[in-house]
Amino acid sequence: MALYSEKVMDHFRNPRNVGVIENADGVGEVGNAKCGDIMKMYLKIDDDVISDVKFETFGCGSAIASSSMATELIKGKPVSEAMQLTNKAVAEALDGLPDYKMHCSVLAEEAIRSALDDYYKKKAENEIRDLHDR
Amino acid sequence: MIYADNAATTKMSSRAIETMVSLMKETFGNPSSLYTIGQRAKEVLEQARKDVAEVIGADPREILFTSGGSEADNQAIISAAKIGEKKGKKHIISSAFEHHAVLHTLEKLKKEGYEITLLDVHEDGLVRPEELEAAIREDTCLVTIMYANNEIGTIQPIREIGAICRKHGVLFHTDAVQAIAHVPVNVVDDNIDLLSSSAHKFHGPKGVGFLYAKKGVLLSNLIEGGAQERGKRAGTENVPGIAAMAAALKEAAEHLEENSEKLKKRRDQLIAGLREIPHSALNGDETRRLPGNVNFCFEGIEGESLLLLLDDKGISASSGSACTSGSLDPSHVLLAIGRVHDVAHGSLRLSLGEDVTEEQIHEIIQSVKEVVEYLRSFSPIWRDLMAGKKPFIL
Ligand SMILES: Cc1ncc(COP(=O)(O)O)c(C=O)c1O
Ligand SMILES: [Zn+2]
Repeated sequence: MALYSEKVMDHFRNPRNVGVIENADGVGEVGNAKCGDIMKMYLKIDDDVISDVKFETFGCGSAIASSSMATELIKGKPVSEAMQLTNKAVAEALDGLPDYKMHCSVLAEEAIRSALDDYYKKKAENEIRDLHDR
Repeated sequence: MIYADNAATTKMSSRAIETMVSLMKETFGNPSSLYTIGQRAKEVLEQARKDVAEVIGADPREILFTSGGSEADNQAIISAAKIGEKKGKKHIISSAFEHHAVLHTLEKLKKEGYEITLLDVHEDGLVRPEELEAAIREDTCLVTIMYANNEIGTIQPIREIGAICRKHGVLFHTDAVQAIAHVPVNVVDDNIDLLSSSAHKFHGPKGVGFLYAKKGVLLSNLIEGGAQERGKRAGTENVPGIAAMAAALKEAAEHLEENSEKLKKRRDQLIAGLREIPHSALNGDETRRLPGNVNFCFEGIEGESLLLLLDDKGISASSGSACTSGSLDPSHVLLAIGRVHDVAHGSLRLSLGEDVTEEQIHEIIQSVKEVVEYLRSFSPIWRDLMAGKKPFIL
């Protein structure tokens, strides 16, 4: 039996949406080097729709595959929908992960959530600034 | 395909396979039976004992066959602990980077009231004999230090350690699983009382090993039952496996010097090539290491993804990253030599086989360079390091 499903290996070998977005509307980084996985997500958002997403990951095969799959699942989706992304959905879309690797999918969910939080925070700040300017 | 994980296990030699198969076919008798076919098996068993003993400079009566390295470690340590207990001595000295077969046995003894001192192995992965001597107490019953480390390959000053133990009248056990058949080992010259070995690390079969116990060192019975192995380990002997182990060991011993010279050359080429990767570091002392062991840390990447991509390129290797062990902590060996978590996750062990060619060394170097560079290209840690947001560790 292989360590990972075909889907995981595909996303690990050919990760989708790798890279950075300059001046992203939302950026989130989760995990730490101590535990061995770090994920960073960059979002470009137009009219509350995720028009582009990129990631960078330091981590194992399932961490890279989970980041890749998570970006695919939210790309082109409204922000409200992306907020609902669960680690279970990421793992299922990858045809499953070994039990002791489920934390990688959790990290992907958290990375997206963190980038969206950053987006909302920036948006709120901008609105306050707009109010001041007026 | 380049198999570079010989520290995990080795491919059986043709001689070992042939020995095993022919015994399975023709000499299937029980060594405890009195008829010819049984006695023939008994002869094979005792010849194997002689052959094994000869290679390490022991007496055949000092060799006990086991199911491998883990069993030998368990039995050696438990036996020495029992001997100590009878004299009221319940202190054991070991090192921080032993194999789990040793460390977990010591943890068990700790729960039974033994005191354990783990010596520092320093940045170079070597135990200091003077620190060992200073740690010996009135109630020390055992010193157990591995001959060579399975991850970083460092070879301990065993002879000196043995001499110190002898001077203080303390039993000395060494887990020589990685050393036997790869470096010259002589139990008399090295002052060893107990030694563990495993056949699958030197082109023998899996599930077979031996424990050397110096005459006069009383072993505890690990398995109760029949009178096999002088009653110390009951159970009908694995005659084909044991004979195959002896065949593999003899073969390795015959070629030890030439293999070692060749391997060291390849090892050093590989080390030189991997050093060209920026922000990398060799783990363990550069010269006092097993002839086929290379172990590096690469900053900014994680070991499992490195292994998977090397596998795609036909290279089998291993790593001490947390993700390959299923725990959150990277290898205790790398932590013991002072590698911090961040870089310990990015480790790679390449343990070469005797048949590795120079072209294969170049292929490994090329592949590792490519994969490390690729993984760094989308590593957020690497980005921060390059942007000067965090200082490089390596
Ligand atoms: C240093 C060391 N000790 C003990 C063992 C265990 O040997 P075995 O697999 O034969 O039980 C190994 C093998 O991984 C080892 O490398
Ligand atoms: Zn992981």
